[in-house]
Order: sequence, then structure tokens, then C-alpha cells
Amino acid sequence: MTTITAAPPAASSKLADWITRNGPVLAIFAVIFALWEIAVRALNIPDYILPSPSVILTKIWVSWQLLLVNAFVTFQEILFGFGLSVLIAIPLAVAVVYSRIFERVAFPFMVSLQTIPKVALAPILVMWLGYGILPKVMVAFLISFFPIVINSVIGMRSAEKEMIYLVQSMGASELTTFLKIRLPKALPSIFGGLKVGMGQAVVGATVGEFIAAEQGLGYLQLISQVRLDTPLLFAAVVVLSLLGVLLFNVVAWIERIALPWNRIATGVAE
Amino acid sequence: MLPAGVPIQISGVAKRYVTARGGEVQALSEIELAIAAGEFVSIVGPSGCGKSTLLMLISGLIPATSGTIAVGGVPVKGAVGNIAIVFQRDVLLDWRTVLGNVLLPVEIKKLDPVTHRQKARDLLRSVGLEEFEEKYPGELSGGMRQRVAICRALVQNPGLLLMDEPFGALDALTREQMNLDLQRMWLRDRNTVLFITHSIEEAVLLSDRVVVMSSRPGRIADIVVNDLPRPRGAHTRSEARFVEHVESIRRHFLALGVLSET
Repeated sequence: MTTITAAPPAASSKLADWITRNGPVLAIFAVIFALWEIAVRALNIPDYILPSPSVILTKIWVSWQLLLVNAFVTFQEILFGFGLSVLIAIPLAVAVVYSRIFERVAFPFMVSLQTIPKVALAPILVMWLGYGILPKVMVAFLISFFPIVINSVIGMRSAEKEMIYLVQSMGASELTTFLKIRLPKALPSIFGGLKVGMGQAVVGATVGEFIAAEQGLGYLQLISQVRLDTPLLFAAVVVLSLLGVLLFNVVAWIERIALPWNRIATGVAE
Repeated sequence: MLPAGVPIQISGVAKRYVTARGGEVQALSEIELAIAAGEFVSIVGPSGCGKSTLLMLISGLIPATSGTIAVGGVPVKGAVGNIAIVFQRDVLLDWRTVLGNVLLPVEIKKLDPVTHRQKARDLLRSVGLEEFEEKYPGELSGGMRQRVAICRALVQNPGLLLMDEPFGALDALTREQMNLDLQRMWLRDRNTVLFITHSIEEAVLLSDRVVVMSSRPGRIADIVVNDLPRPRGAHTRSEARFVEHVESIRRHFLALGVLSET
């Protein structure tokens, strides 16, 4: 043991940092899973009621192909739904910020639409759009759309009056003001909306699959439920969570790359 | 190297606002003021006397209700290119580096990037920020941030520098240093400066003339001429004439009821 050569100091301190940062969370997960495992074994709970973590892991190991194929379908639905949201929400936010008519008519209209539970629209969408990927994409879109619009609007309006005066005094056009002030100023808020929206898109796609589907993780859950294959049901939940976490972190990662100044400006430590 | 400051001529300027409830507020009334090219003029007055409004009118960002303003002999209509503004809030752009912030007017006005980059660097060095060019504003103190804002205003060689309580948010010590820094830059560049402040001492220390305003409606109550020798500094504050000027302005505010000794 003592003869092992020391790791480069940078790497070892990085590892130490990582452990300090993520250690407590990992420890909590480890404790929860350990207790779960012990409880299931000690109380002899049957798998179809509550499978133990080891059973779920085994199930994921055995059925990885099935899970992967279905995860890919759900992933596509999320991505298309979310992408559609971004493509429509951000230009719409610009329109709301710059146009009185949009602000007075379209925005209240969107807010009132927001009060409709989007999940309740899913059966209608299925009726109209069939059993394919499209209705799930639409549910994911509808549910992730609003947080992106509202956050973008708030962000684009967040530039201080003096900031606008400042560039106007330099003779900036409305377009220059938007590109140099309003848009960059809005980016942290827009990314906040994107992160919420991404989480919502995962919910939307899954719910869409609950209503009517022939593939996808939500569909896999329904099938497992009918077959009383509880370990597979849990396995689907685990994969879905991982997918959600992954997608969320992709957005967060893009944010970190695109806005290196933001962590400094908001005082959030690395 | 510089075009010297430009003169300002303000005649019969008034500004009325319509409030949200439909009422009218007379913010400024009958303002007559002539400022010479390269002069440093301060405006002091109680809150709500319209000094910031006057500054906005001169900048052309908001229109006057009546009267005329000419900057450099040209009547003001809309934002004028030859004017730079420094606000109480530094309004630095968080997403740009210090150097990027200073170069903002150069980009917007499409000035020559090479020479102005050098000028921006020189300005930053002159206020002791050469090491911070590539830092983001979030990494700077309040005083450093306001220095960057002043460099951003000066990089465009403005004929007129409008400053709206630029040091109002700084601590007393930083403020004194900023006063001296500003004086030094002004003695070098000789832009015309219109400087709004709440501090009578600051106004007297920096200015050739101090405009005293009264409120509701905002009008000019007096103009104090101050020819104390320059460069002024900490020693100036103990001079009899400095104290005299400060006292005479303070008496105005007592007379106007803005200050009360009872």
C-alpha cells in the first residue's frame, strides 16, 4: 500500500474536491439503498410488492436492451418536444417584450392556457394525432413551453433603465440594444426556464406514453404493471430518472460553458 | 490629442411630467444656464429638485417640454453622439470583461477598434486597473466598478461628460480618492463636465461653478463661482475660501427649508 506512487497533486485535490462536494449526497443514497435492501430481505417482502435495489439492478442488467430501445423512443419525444418549445418560446418572448399587442393579448392568453392541466389534453391529442410519437412530442412541448416563455420575458425585461439609456446615449439602435443588452442580460433567466422546461418535457413525454403508446419507457411501465413485473417497473423508473438527470445536466453544462461570467456575477461558488 | 469640451446653452427649459394618474408634475421651470467649453459644473439640490431630469434633457434621452438646449452649438434632438453618461449605478455589463465593458461605446459607435483598444488600456492603467482587464465585473469592488464605468465614458472622447451622482454609492474614503482621480482626468482631457451630487463639499472641491437648485418646481436658486487653485486635494478642504463656499451653499438650503437646524 505504501509503495503506491502519489497521484499528481492537482488530480488528487480535484478528487478531494469532488468527494467533499458530492460525498454527502452519495452517502445519503448509499444509506437509503442499504436500508431498503436490508428491510426487503429482513421482512421477506415479495418482489412484486417492492423489489430490493439488488433485484432492480439485476433487472436493468438483464433487460438493458429492452430498456435502451424504449429509452431511446422517450428520449426522442423529449428532445423534439423540448426543441419545439425553445424554437417557439424564445421568439415569442421577444415579440411579447417588443410588441404591445403581444403583451396585451397573446401573453394573458398564454397565461390562461397555462391554467389548463396539459396532462388533461393528452387524450385529446392522442385522438387527433394517433398512437405515434407526435402526440407525446406535443404534450412534452405544451408542458415545457410556458416556463421557457415566462423566464425569457422576465429576463429580457430585467435590464436596468440606466443600462438602456447608456447604450441609447451611444446611439445604439433597437436591434443593437437587444443584441448587446437585453439578450445577454436575459440569458441566465432563459437558462433557468430551459432547465425547468427540460424537466417538464420528461414528464410530458412519459404522461403521453401512459395514455397511448406502443413503445417508450412510460409504455414499458404500463406493460410491467399489467404483468405484475414490478422489478421491470422500477427499472424503467430508474432509467427514466437517469435520462431526466442527464438531460438537465446537459442544459446546465451548456449554461456553464456559455455564461462563464454568471457564476461570478451571482456569487455562486464553483 | 483631444477635441476640447463643448459648451452648453440652456435657455427657458421646462419639463412637465404626466403622472400615471393623469396629474401633472412640474419637474423643471425656467432653467437658464450657460456652461463654457471645458468647464466643470456641479449641480446640488434636494431630492426631487429635477437635477437628474435636467441631465436627461441635456443628454437628449428625454425631450424638454419647452425651451432649447444646445450642446456644442447644436440643438439637442434625440441622443447626441458626443455625450457620455455616468450613473450612480455603474451599470457594467456582467457578461463582458472589464476591457470589453470599456470598449462598449467603441463597438456601438463603430470607432476604430485598434487605437481605442490602446486608449481603453491606457485609461484603465491610469486608474490602477491594468491587472483587471480580463476580469469580469463580478470580481471587482464598488469603487473599481465605478472606475471602469468612468473609463467607459471617457474612451469615446466625449465633448460633454454627464455624471449623475457617480460616487453616491461608494464609501467615504473611496469617494475621496475617486474625486481626485476624476479631477486628474479632467485636468488632462478638459471635457466639459456636468456633475450632479448630494455632497456640497464634493461639489465645491471639484467644480468651477456650483449650481444650487431648489425644488417644486425645480429651478436655479444660485450659482456659486469657485476659483480655488487646482489641482485641489485634501489640503483644499481646510482653506478658508473652501469653507466659505460650502457655508454659503449650506445657507441656501437653510433658507430654502431643505435643511433645518431646529
